[in-house]
Amino acid sequence: MTARIIALLRFCYDFVVGDDWRVALGVATALALTYGISATSIPAWWILPAAVAILLPLSLWRAARR
Amino acid sequence: MGSGALFVAVFLACLVEAVEALTIVLAAGAGRDWRSAITGSSAAVAVLALIVAALGPALTALPLGALRLVVGGLLLIFGLQWLRKAILRASGLNAMHDEVAIYRTELAAAQAAPPGNHVSWSTVADWYSFTLSFKGVLLEGLEVAFIALTFGANQRNIPLAAAAAVSAVVIVTVTGVAVRAPLAQVPENAMKFAVGVMLTSFGVFWGAEGAGASWPGGDAALLAVVPAVALFALALVAALRLITKSLRVPATAQAHRP
Repeated sequence: MTARIIALLRFCYDFVVGDDWRVALGVATALALTYGISATSIPAWWILPAAVAILLPLSLWRAARR
Repeated sequence: MGSGALFVAVFLACLVEAVEALTIVLAAGAGRDWRSAITGSSAAVAVLALIVAALGPALTALPLGALRLVVGGLLLIFGLQWLRKAILRASGLNAMHDEVAIYRTELAAAQAAPPGNHVSWSTVADWYSFTLSFKGVLLEGLEVAFIALTFGANQRNIPLAAAAAVSAVVIVTVTGVAVRAPLAQVPENAMKFAVGVMLTSFGVFWGAEGAGASWPGGDAALLAVVPAVALFALALVAALRLITKSLRVPATAQAHRP
């Protein structure tokens, strides 16, 4: 039973997070930053595009080095 | 743009995954037993339909802001994964998805597997074919079901997302039945790239809105976000091609040195 629960949790992790956990962490951080900054008077729409511009090349670089 | 983009993204995502699932079902059918393979894939489609039918109304009941925050984040993570794979393949760093090679491997494995004992009360003649098809269709379809659900819920139009998914499955099934071979001519990577661009763009747009940000120009900002993501991804393909080329040239030169 425990093994099945672990297998299910592992499947959910692989399904959502995928090959590169740093991308998922980066997206979560960028969303939190957007939420925080949008509460101020500073525009926050640019944070997620900036996150994509940083996360995608970094993820590709790590994959290319393997 | 919303409804059209919803249909195209779900349709293409479903087409890519359906082509991959078809290869597995064909191998299970040709290598073992057609009836069991078809029963297995039909059972998986029924499970996927149940998931969409059960989760769809629950998702649409959520407040739009919270939905966009969660769904935007998930779409962005999925989109970046699809784009990453498509860029690595397009730049030559990863091998292209070869349906014929996958079909041959799956077929050999299916033919080599020992015949199982037939259970008298069961309508399934070969459980290996059934399980292989069921797992193949369910696993390939789960991500598409999720994309259809999240896209559809955000646009408040799950029926359109479901229609896009069903159309893609019907097209691939009819073509697969007609040719009885893996659909190797389908430009899978180009479609994966397009889906990656759509998911990433909508993930960025909805995620930011859900987190409380306001886009300059409102919904019209999507008209800038989608091409910007596409151009950025194409630039990354070009840059990676250059890097791999420059790395290969010295290696080749060194190999030819006397």
